[in-house]
Amino acid sequence: MMDATLPPALAEIVDEFSQCERQEKIALLVDYANQLLPPPPEALADGDAPESVPECMTPVSLRVLQQDGRLRFYFDVPQDAPLIRGYAAMMQQGLWDVTPQEILRIPADFYHVMGLQDLLTPQRLNGLTAILAHVKRVAVRLMGEG
Amino acid sequence: MSNEYAHPEALVETDWVAEHLNDPTVRLVESNEDPLLYETGHIPGAVKVDWFTTLQHPLRRDFIEKDQFEDLCRRLGIGNDTTVVFYGDKNNWFACYAFWLFAYYGHQHLKIMNGGRAKWVAEGRPLTQEVPNYPPTDYVAKDPDPSVRAFREDVFRQMEKGLPLVDVRSPQEYSGELIHMPNYPQEGAQRGGHIPGAVNIPWAQAVNPETSTFKPAAELRQLYEQYGITPDKEVIAYCRIGERSSLTWFVLRYLLGYPNVKNYDGSWTEWGNLVNAPIEK
Repeated sequence: MMDATLPPALAEIVDEFSQCERQEKIALLVDYANQLLPPPPEALADGDAPESVPECMTPVSLRVLQQDGRLRFYFDVPQDAPLIRGYAAMMQQGLWDVTPQEILRIPADFYHVMGLQDLLTPQRLNGLTAILAHVKRVAVRLMGEG
Repeated sequence: MSNEYAHPEALVETDWVAEHLNDPTVRLVESNEDPLLYETGHIPGAVKVDWFTTLQHPLRRDFIEKDQFEDLCRRLGIGNDTTVVFYGDKNNWFACYAFWLFAYYGHQHLKIMNGGRAKWVAEGRPLTQEVPNYPPTDYVAKDPDPSVRAFREDVFRQMEKGLPLVDVRSPQEYSGELIHMPNYPQEGAQRGGHIPGAVNIPWAQAVNPETSTFKPAAELRQLYEQYGITPDKEVIAYCRIGERSSLTWFVLRYLLGYPNVKNYDGSWTEWGNLVNAPIEK
């Protein structure tokens, strides 16, 4: 089963969405957007330039806190982009205190069963793919340093 | 007067909207790029129109059909005589997209709120999360108006006649160096570049970046005329999926009064995938 490769907290989020109706998914994404945690002062910038796609995509920058081989991610997303804030908060909570190895095992299409394609265009879903790709690059780099 | 718009009635200011919040002849419609923004708070009384889940045909690549459009208006409490005022995020780009589709189905009284959501918020005006409910109407739509929409055949003809094509994407998309970003999935076009003969006038140049409001008519006229986009010619505007170019369509047709402007909503995600279609880089 695909879920077996997801960190438990992320699997729970995926499951939560998959059981919702369309309008409930929107409400749930708004809830997550409101829960995004700001970075504590000790979180380091990941060294990459903030990622963005000209005009069509919201710039997202990322900070990471590493302790005992476990990671916490903090995302800087503009207030007027609640969808991307929602994505970021889902990933923040779903990847709380996971190891880089666990992150690299997440399949790129992990969110398909959430059913977001009913309410978001492929272009909007790219934001979530992009955040996962960014987090994986950070995980690879930290493994190299470790 | 060179600073006045050709159809000033197509634009309202935030003050006007604030004064008409409880006007039953006016319906405010919020249409955003971000599909969650309405839920986080919107202008009191405004309804949501999402360009993807509301305006797109559920099956094929097209917009909702006439009867689906009628259902939408009836559900939103929009009658044939209702003045519909659109506003949204990102310089009103998706607001202009929704405006354009309402024009396609022949709605008469359409306006854009100048400055969009950003200006309303910057002015400290009220937002609410309360979703309004209006009594349903018996809306009857007109047949689609072909004078606002270009299909690929129209674009081929335009190109062969050497008539103006305006590519309103970013310079990198126009030059073809960018069709998608590294690590992002393919964004829907097999080839990069632009339609031969098209000039590049990025859509947001029509807007003041500080206020999100449209530039004065004289500046707009200069912006387009310097590239040979003049009112005496038929013009077709396009971008990636037709949303940015619907803003340019609005500017040319309503603010500058060009009589013959079409939006090619197939845009680059059609042209850049079309077998045998000529491309320039």
